[in-house]
Amino acid sequence: MATIASDNRGLRLAVRYAVLILIAVIFIFPLIFMVMSSFKPDQQLLNDTGSFAAFLPVGDISLDNYADAFKRAPVGLFIFNSVLVTGVTVILSLLICSAAAFAFVFVDWRGRELVLTAILATLIVPFETIAIPLLLIASKLPWLGFDGLTFGWLNSYQVQIVPFIADGLTIFLFVQYFKDLPGELIEAARVEGASWGQVYRKVVMPLAGPVLATAAILKFLVMYNQYLWPLMVVQQEGYRPVMVGLQYFFQLNRAWGEIMAYLSLITVPVLAFYLFLQRAFIASIASTGVKG
Amino acid sequence: MARVSLDGIRKVYGSTEVIKGVDIDIADGEFCVFVGPSGCGKSTLLRMIAGLEDISGGTLTIGERVVNDLPPKDRSIAMVFQSYAIFPHMTVRENLAFGLTIAKAPKAEKDAKVAEAARILKMEHLLERRPSQLSGGQRQRVAIGRAIVRHPGVFLFDEPLSNLDAALRVDMRMELAKLHADLGATMIYVTHDQVEAMTLADKIVVLDAGVVQQIGSPLDLYHRPANLFVAGFIGSPKMNLLKARVEGVDATSVKLASADLGTLVLPRANAGVSRGDEVTVGLRPHHLATASREQRVGSQPTGDQRTGEQQIGGTVKLVERLGNETLAALTLASGQQLIAALPGDVDVSIGEALRLAPQPERASLFLSSGAAVN
Repeated sequence: MATIASDNRGLRLAVRYAVLILIAVIFIFPLIFMVMSSFKPDQQLLNDTGSFAAFLPVGDISLDNYADAFKRAPVGLFIFNSVLVTGVTVILSLLICSAAAFAFVFVDWRGRELVLTAILATLIVPFETIAIPLLLIASKLPWLGFDGLTFGWLNSYQVQIVPFIADGLTIFLFVQYFKDLPGELIEAARVEGASWGQVYRKVVMPLAGPVLATAAILKFLVMYNQYLWPLMVVQQEGYRPVMVGLQYFFQLNRAWGEIMAYLSLITVPVLAFYLFLQRAFIASIASTGVKG
Repeated sequence: MARVSLDGIRKVYGSTEVIKGVDIDIADGEFCVFVGPSGCGKSTLLRMIAGLEDISGGTLTIGERVVNDLPPKDRSIAMVFQSYAIFPHMTVRENLAFGLTIAKAPKAEKDAKVAEAARILKMEHLLERRPSQLSGGQRQRVAIGRAIVRHPGVFLFDEPLSNLDAALRVDMRMELAKLHADLGATMIYVTHDQVEAMTLADKIVVLDAGVVQQIGSPLDLYHRPANLFVAGFIGSPKMNLLKARVEGVDATSVKLASADLGTLVLPRANAGVSRGDEVTVGLRPHHLATASREQRVGSQPTGDQRTGEQQIGGTVKLVERLGNETLAALTLASGQQLIAALPGDVDVSIGEALRLAPQPERASLFLSSGAAVN
């Protein structure tokens, strides 16, 4: 009996691993294809497609595509822009959304349920429906910068950052996580003399690691992959992010090798960021019951 | 240290009144326990004293100050929670010093007070550990230590031992009693466990449905319950409550009769009852003895007790042997159950007809309204 049971368990485990490996392969092969193709000239890249060689570093391998990609477009500037816009937005978003969620969960004030419901309702509004009104608003907003007071935010970093700092999903993630924190911890801190600001800084945020990681990753992906909004509000090359920069490669004499080199370059920051926060991300998704 | 006074304290949620005008005076240095069943409002009352719940009506005074509208930190209180509520991301030392850190106390003062609390609670060796590395009892000690460090006027405890296992609870109970003796501070303690209430309290406040049922010392409540609720709540096993009718009243006694009791004469002067009144007699299980035992130990029952007139007969339905005593559950003539706490090695068995001798001078008497007759 024991042998049959252990055999069954071994079989089940083998099947489970086989399925997991298959899924992993399906997800990783396009990435391998992208990276391998970025090292090949266009003709070889097209010839290899359809055979397993497409996934292998074989044939005429070089970094020429990368050199050409940098010649065709200011790749470094685009990556810098994207990292700057994404980084600043993520940091401000974590601060603002967690503070908002803190006020919704722990501070008792009239109308908080109503306001929270209204914010969560924005989750069902697609960005495309508000893009034009938002563009109109952004084109007229004042800004106090190094040049003094100016009007109109088009062609700037702030137009890519400010509208995305606070959003319903991030606030929702924090609200769900904070609701699971023991209320007595907050009360204990209050009794010990902590102000709301101190409770937020010294008790709640140090315990919010997993949800910070989750919110950071989700926000990072959204911001890094921005395409429609920067396309609408940024006409000057100096402020363009990576996704808009992809257009450069689909204009005259399309070169697939260069496209793959560019895509490989802009994928690296995302992978690095995800791997950095992966463990906390998974822990948080598991603990909040939110599907990733 | 401080005196605490609750004067007509009320708490209303919407249209529901959960605390209905509570008046309590707690003297400086007193150990006061709020006890009552779940939902009676005892924790709400404690949280109102702590400043974690708004006060809907009445006046709360701590020391000489009315504190109704003061935030928790300005009330000179410290609170220990049921779930310990120690901060998991801080070491024991940081937890203990939290209040002082918030108050921006000088490092030397912080270190001295933390060291003092650690010494009192014997946890000097735990100071650099995190809460996840501590046992339940140690965590509770940290929570108590955090309260000690602040030198509050009043310590508030919200069911602090509920999460501990039975053996540890007994140990911690004794430590709390010792702590109270050492610090001499005013302590207010909420529990639903009447053993904790009886063993720790100088004064017990029994609450039910947001109303104070009785305030008194543990033995006051045990021997002289003010009403049927307190009689049933205080004491373990519960007091037996038997319906009876007043058969006669004279200057020194009340004569009662019922199917279960037969005839029972209680020594009561000016009882305030009259012939024909329906009343309830309260008999503690520990105040009942088997007639045979009384003869064996040679005790001298008073009055009619020796004649056998004052005996309650029933059939034993359950016997619980606890070693030091044996609990026997009897079914009486009316079908009502009666519990008797008998000597540990008493010779009773299930199905046996047993006659028990009550001690009339220790019985309680309640009017049909539920109020006790003194």
